[in-house]
Amino acid sequence: MSIDQSTAAKVAKLARIKVEEDALPALAEEFNNILGFIEQLNEVDVDGVEPMTSVTPQRLKRRVDEVTDGNQQEKVLANAPDAREGFFAVPKVVE
Amino acid sequence: MSDLNKLGLAEARDLLRKGETTSVELTESCLKAIDAAGALNAFVTKTPEIALDRAKAADARIAAGDAPAMCGLPIGVKDVFCTKGVTSQAASGILEGFKPEYESTVTQQLQDAGAVMLGKLNMDEFAMGSSNENSTYGAAISPWKRAGDDTNLTPGGSSGGSAAAVAADLCLAATGTDTGGSIRQPAAFTGTVGIKPTYGRCSRWGVVSYASSLDQAGPMTKSVRDAAIMLEAMCGHDAKDSTSADLAVPNFEAMLTGDIKGKKIGIPKEYRLDGMPEDIAKLWDDGTAMLKAAGAEIVDISLPHTKYALPAYYVIAPAEASSNLARYDGVRYGQRATLSAGDGITEMYEKTRAAGFGAEVQRRIMVGTYVLSAGFYDAYYNRARRVRSLIKKDFEDAFAAGIDAILAPTTPSAAFGLGEMKDADPVKMYLNDVFTVTLNLAGLPGVAVPTGVDAQGLPLGLQLIGKPWEEGDLLNTAYALEQAAGFVAKPQKWW
Repeated sequence: MSIDQSTAAKVAKLARIKVEEDALPALAEEFNNILGFIEQLNEVDVDGVEPMTSVTPQRLKRRVDEVTDGNQQEKVLANAPDAREGFFAVPKVVE
Repeated sequence: MSDLNKLGLAEARDLLRKGETTSVELTESCLKAIDAAGALNAFVTKTPEIALDRAKAADARIAAGDAPAMCGLPIGVKDVFCTKGVTSQAASGILEGFKPEYESTVTQQLQDAGAVMLGKLNMDEFAMGSSNENSTYGAAISPWKRAGDDTNLTPGGSSGGSAAAVAADLCLAATGTDTGGSIRQPAAFTGTVGIKPTYGRCSRWGVVSYASSLDQAGPMTKSVRDAAIMLEAMCGHDAKDSTSADLAVPNFEAMLTGDIKGKKIGIPKEYRLDGMPEDIAKLWDDGTAMLKAAGAEIVDISLPHTKYALPAYYVIAPAEASSNLARYDGVRYGQRATLSAGDGITEMYEKTRAAGFGAEVQRRIMVGTYVLSAGFYDAYYNRARRVRSLIKKDFEDAFAAGIDAILAPTTPSAAFGLGEMKDADPVKMYLNDVFTVTLNLAGLPGVAVPTGVDAQGLPLGLQLIGKPWEEGDLLNTAYALEQAAGFVAKPQKWW
């Protein structure tokens, strides 16, 4: 499987990372090196093997569905790059 | 008393309890050492006021006869741990200026145990790297040099600042995190001890995530005893981390008897790589002989899927990273890129993430995005998770056959020079983790112990791998190895 420039551009778009046009060939080459390395996994017979989910068999714990926290608007917004009137502010989303 | 910063946790604790020094004196000695070590770029945020306040409080507790395990002991904290009101940015530009409103469970537990935080330590961005060169703060530099050579060396990564600080005696011990080897590889490169406990031992709550199914915190210390003391303080069940194990935490230090008679130590043949440097091969053989002389039985074992660990890791870790790091959107915390007129929300995301993430982080996010994307999920991600099951089974088979612990090298070489891998293909850098990454995939505990130096005088370490949840027994074997190796080399001060 070889990645071309348009695939690299598509992946960058999906990852929401701006990659300049002139950086795409190098990016595609890096992807190909890494994916070439990963290809080794195809040598392994994984028929009938379940994907690993945990170190020791354990069920995820359940907890009571109740409010244990809240009323921390100021703290929640304290690190926001742009917070106004108690909200996170972002560029216009809906035309 | 001079040079208090050179003490380990156990020695300092005993002096404090005897009233022969104070936490304030210990802390001031470390703060002075930190101020004089700017050249190492290990501490990236210093917190002297917090440190002295906690030291005074610790001295009062000791005087009152109420001293918990780490009372008054000054430590450094890797920048990946959220510390309330103190910059915590996982060495990333995207989190520049981020000051959490909360404290991670691990650092809270250390604080509750009386430990004194001196500041935050350098690392690879989001813990992705093996040399600490992927840091928005610039690389941390090892206190070690090759004999007769002035080249700056890497302290390893990603916990490079932690390793450099402990090796240079800027603190008594430090916290680290290990996703593919990020505690053990830097420990090996700097002649220090580092343990990654069983996945689930330490809460991940408040630790900036890289790959959630692999990340574990652990201590980086000057001795195995110190690792036992600090690990106990860091471990324990936490309802805020759903993968945290609800198991009792034993007194690890009390398990250090040094008696390993009759223990079966496995030597995995697959770890003897083609072209393994002579120094590393000899180190491993010597360590094997030491454990045998201490009464252990040496058994050759096979872990047949070892060679697939690294490629499986480089599917699973980037996949989880691409998902975890989706949260850095320039909205809720951290930096937002400057936008042009007319830029919408997509441009905001794309510009923010391009400007805020370093090259290696971008690379891993995009590889992860690719392997999770439609049409490739089964071929890459699910296949890697199946291979992961096989890697875990290799270890389970060895333990089921009676093996108590496995001995292997920690790294394929000694520390390399900063910049020496700059033009190498990223995969070459990934090979640093070849001996360590298997444990993260299997969730097993592993400890790096310094046992020798190479021809150029640089430290080398061996790794012991234990059974799940049996860190106490593992640390005892490490203690026996440490006693037998008698590693005492320290870097010559040049900074």
